[in-house]
Amino acid sequence: MFKDRIAASKPAFFLLCLAPLAMLVWDTLRNDLGTDPVAQLEHRSGLWALRLLLATLAITPLRRVSGWHKAMRYRRMLGLFAFFYASLHLLIYLFVDLGGYWADVFAQIAKKPYITVGFTAWLLLIPLAVTSTQKMMRRLGRRWGQLHKFVYATALLGLLHFLWLVKADKREPLFYFAVFAALMLWRLPQVRINRPGKRPSPPRHTSAAQTQSD
Amino acid sequence: MHLRQRSDIRASEITPEAVYRQRRNVIKMLGLGAAGLVAGCGSENAPSAAAEAPAAEPKALSVTRKGEYTLTDPPTSYKDATHYNNFYEFGTDKGDPARNSGRFRPTPWSVEIAGHAEVTGKYTLEDLLRPHALEERIYRHRCVEGWSMVIPWNGISLADLLKRFKPTAQAKYVAFTTVNRPSEMPGLRDAVLDWPYREGLRIDEAMHPLAFLATGLYGRELPNQNGAPLRLIVPWKYGFKGIKSIVKIEFVEVMPRTTWNIAAPREYGFYSNVNPDVDHPRWSQRTERRIAGDGLNLFGNRIGTRPFNGYADQVAGLYAGMDLRKYF
Repeated sequence: MFKDRIAASKPAFFLLCLAPLAMLVWDTLRNDLGTDPVAQLEHRSGLWALRLLLATLAITPLRRVSGWHKAMRYRRMLGLFAFFYASLHLLIYLFVDLGGYWADVFAQIAKKPYITVGFTAWLLLIPLAVTSTQKMMRRLGRRWGQLHKFVYATALLGLLHFLWLVKADKREPLFYFAVFAALMLWRLPQVRINRPGKRPSPPRHTSAAQTQSD
Repeated sequence: MHLRQRSDIRASEITPEAVYRQRRNVIKMLGLGAAGLVAGCGSENAPSAAAEAPAAEPKALSVTRKGEYTLTDPPTSYKDATHYNNFYEFGTDKGDPARNSGRFRPTPWSVEIAGHAEVTGKYTLEDLLRPHALEERIYRHRCVEGWSMVIPWNGISLADLLKRFKPTAQAKYVAFTTVNRPSEMPGLRDAVLDWPYREGLRIDEAMHPLAFLATGLYGRELPNQNGAPLRLIVPWKYGFKGIKSIVKIEFVEVMPRTTWNIAAPREYGFYSNVNPDVDHPRWSQRTERRIAGDGLNLFGNRIGTRPFNGYADQVAGLYAGMDLRKYF
């Protein structure tokens, strides 16, 4: 039925990515979201968008360090779920939190830096999600990799969004910043080492286009 | 002072809490229901309440109800008001104060009264409160973060207390300080803010009839996480002005430094009056999410924020001629 074990594991991986949503729904139905349930829904959906985005950025280091190159094949699903949770986050903000108070939405997007960067991060994810199919990869060729470099900007904007909404205790957003910084720093020597042509050969089962995007 | 229309009162709307009903029944049982009773912080006055309440519940207070400070807004539940707190001395998560304040000892307690006043010195809390009748005031509470509650506080008028110490003409401001006990307040280990927590009011703000010193809420003694045993309530200002667990009140001539203003002077001014027209630099203050009622309330919580948190009729005069954008 499945062409290999990775393909066979994907439905389970899909359900795993849905687990945070299931927890949110479960806690909502049990009225277990605490005193400010709307803030909890916003916080948790946003946090999972950020975590999954960082997980996509961790795939390449994981591959290179562990030699488990098939990890690459989970990346698209991780990225799409990051977009899914970011969209959920935005929808909760617009329809649950703001409710009828939409008059100020555009003013806030333009004026409030944390909302500006958060909204921009979500906008940047749209072309990445739209071009995530095999067909689009083939059609875009080299440009696909260039386009998907937006993911770095998105992650950075998402992190700023988190940092700027915190009142004083910045430890939690700074933890995620540190994870992002580590994943970026890991890439620096990699860039230099790989220049002379020592880039590892593309793993089996992975299209050349996918490896361009790290 | 005209605080609200008579027709606004609907007692049925302001007392849904079981705890609260229980407290009122106790008062009725003891024959204290009518107005005018003077009582101290006398927990021993209400043994039956203590017996009915779960062991961990704070003791009931004897409170003289004052109808003129009430609201029609549905109140926040006791559980929410006591489990969603910003009290960074116990941690920065809003659940931390309820979780981490168990070791805090609010008794015995004393408060130092200092500065430009004819009478100064260190007083036990009992001595401070003795001449005053505890009253109830239902106030709106607006956090600078954009959420709000409606809470029945119990306590005394700040002005009534301050006047006993006969502040002199040099007393232009009143400075408040929170207790500093790292062994009982785990949050003090983190330099999130410049400890100890300090707040201040202009003397005319402090002497305003709405300014309040709370020793309880919902007819019970303040739980540790709400600022036991004595905290400030200034309902027309953002919640952080309501300094908790006060150990020092000083009459000063120069505007005192205040903790959040030290932390981020561009974001938190000395006045910090609730003002929908002056945004926090990072977020809008136009609306707020009201935390009230029981059960799951996902929709319809957002309401417009009102100037001076809806107390403009009473307090706007304090700031006549001031540019509220400059003096935010």
